[in-house]
Amino acid sequence: MLDAIAPFFKDLYATTGYNFIIFYEEYEYDRFIEAIGTTINLILASLIFSLVVGIVGAWAQGTKYTVLRYCIAGYIQFFRNTPPFVQILFFYFVLGNFVPSYDAGGYQESIIGNFGWAVISLGFFAGSFNVEIFRSGIEAVPESTKEAAEALGYTRLQSYIHIVFPLAFRVCLPSLNNNLVNLLKTTTLAYGIAVPEMMYTANQIWSDNVNVPEMMIILFLFYVGMVALLVWGMHKWEKNMKIPGYG
Amino acid sequence: MQNRNSFKPVATNLPVLLPIAETAKRNALLERHEGTFRLNLTRSHLIGLIGIFLVLGGTAEAATPAGMIGPFEAIFKWMGFLLWGPEGTLKGFSLNLIISFFSMLVGTVAGVTLGLMQVSLLAPVRSGSWFVTQFFRNSPWLVLLFTIMFLFPYEIDLGFVVIPVPDWIKAVIGFSLPVMANISEVVRGAVRSLPSGQWESAESLAFNRRQTMWMIILPQCVKRMIPPWINWYCILAMATPLCSIMGVEEAVSFTTQALNAEGDRPELIPVFYSFLMIIFFVYTYPIARWSIRLEKKFAVKT
Repeated sequence: MLDAIAPFFKDLYATTGYNFIIFYEEYEYDRFIEAIGTTINLILASLIFSLVVGIVGAWAQGTKYTVLRYCIAGYIQFFRNTPPFVQILFFYFVLGNFVPSYDAGGYQESIIGNFGWAVISLGFFAGSFNVEIFRSGIEAVPESTKEAAEALGYTRLQSYIHIVFPLAFRVCLPSLNNNLVNLLKTTTLAYGIAVPEMMYTANQIWSDNVNVPEMMIILFLFYVGMVALLVWGMHKWEKNMKIPGYG
Repeated sequence: MQNRNSFKPVATNLPVLLPIAETAKRNALLERHEGTFRLNLTRSHLIGLIGIFLVLGGTAEAATPAGMIGPFEAIFKWMGFLLWGPEGTLKGFSLNLIISFFSMLVGTVAGVTLGLMQVSLLAPVRSGSWFVTQFFRNSPWLVLLFTIMFLFPYEIDLGFVVIPVPDWIKAVIGFSLPVMANISEVVRGAVRSLPSGQWESAESLAFNRRQTMWMIILPQCVKRMIPPWINWYCILAMATPLCSIMGVEEAVSFTTQALNAEGDRPELIPVFYSFLMIIFFVYTYPIARWSIRLEKKFAVKT
């Protein structure tokens, strides 16, 4: 891959001065590719974590334990109404102090690194939205539908898998997509705690090579491209999942 | 032959989905169109925040070694610094407000212009402004901030006079870009949301396009735009701490500095940050409530 594009970008640098170093030097290219991997990992990990938080939270909001319900409500309000950047700093610098560390050959290393804290705080941030989204989805399925499933001999689990979930999911999907796009853009904040994702790596590369404008262009193209891809995919998915004759 | 899309579900007492599904869908579309969720701040949030602050402060007070300054005393000592910066300057939290105010101003003016360009009759203007809007709407705030911080010159030489561009002005420009794009979308959405009858009746009364726009369409749009506009201001005010990464001397930077001056004592860190949250909350709360009240007041009764 690199061998194929390197001559062109080297030539571009020599003739015009546009220094896209990540496309012709092995070391920077590897760093860039690694950053893409880290970013995608970060997005996927925090997405999965936020979905788990959302499902557990939606379940907990439906229980009969008042204290648990109040805790979830407090959690949602706290994470929805404070800046995610402050949340990340809070998790990493405040809660990070209380996590045990182990000896990693000469220096102390916390069992949850900065990547871990970024996933946890972003997951809780997006999860606070997901709780409400899932709850509205589950509440939208009428009791009579569940009774009809029961009358047809479905067990509770079967009716949940085949009847309730598919309907609820279609209700959730548009809001979930909004949240996902938002999460994708919020992952840049992990820069604040030095997670080597796209933003952070780009910063390192332009510090080493003094090619700020070129790296900025790459950064923009990367994020706008990712969002565009996501929105396009989600749009298609939403269209395919539409309930015929309804809405 | 009946159009498939106009097919309406039959009214029955065995609905496919309950009304909450419609609400969820409407909210999702609204959120997509406005580019953000609606802040819904209540008084219980403030009580919760103060509770957290007191609990953290209390534990820190207990953990304070003898002879050291306690957390509440420390907050009191540094409060002026956090809010106004050193004597005679407007930094710290007041700089956050200044940045948010000017970004909103620049963002609104640019955003309304861009939004009106999006409903232009000329196809190139329309698609060009659409592209600009989507580009700035979909890029992360931090990336935009970095771009302006690094690519904008630190001074502008006009030949006869050199205008210095301090960091906070760059932050203003950096924040105004995403605001601009989102306001543009709000404007476009508001113009589109008016029933076409408004345009047609204006035409039948011999208004030309410009007159229709300024005298009929826009006055009706203002009501629809103000609640999301205020909401955006709150989001922006809450996002201003981001520029502390670039070394702008606003509230978060000063909190770090104050903590350094106190010797980075771990028990003080949560107290100071929760105090900062209370400051931000006290500022955004009345504005967010006001937006909700206006929304209710302006709601079209059907």
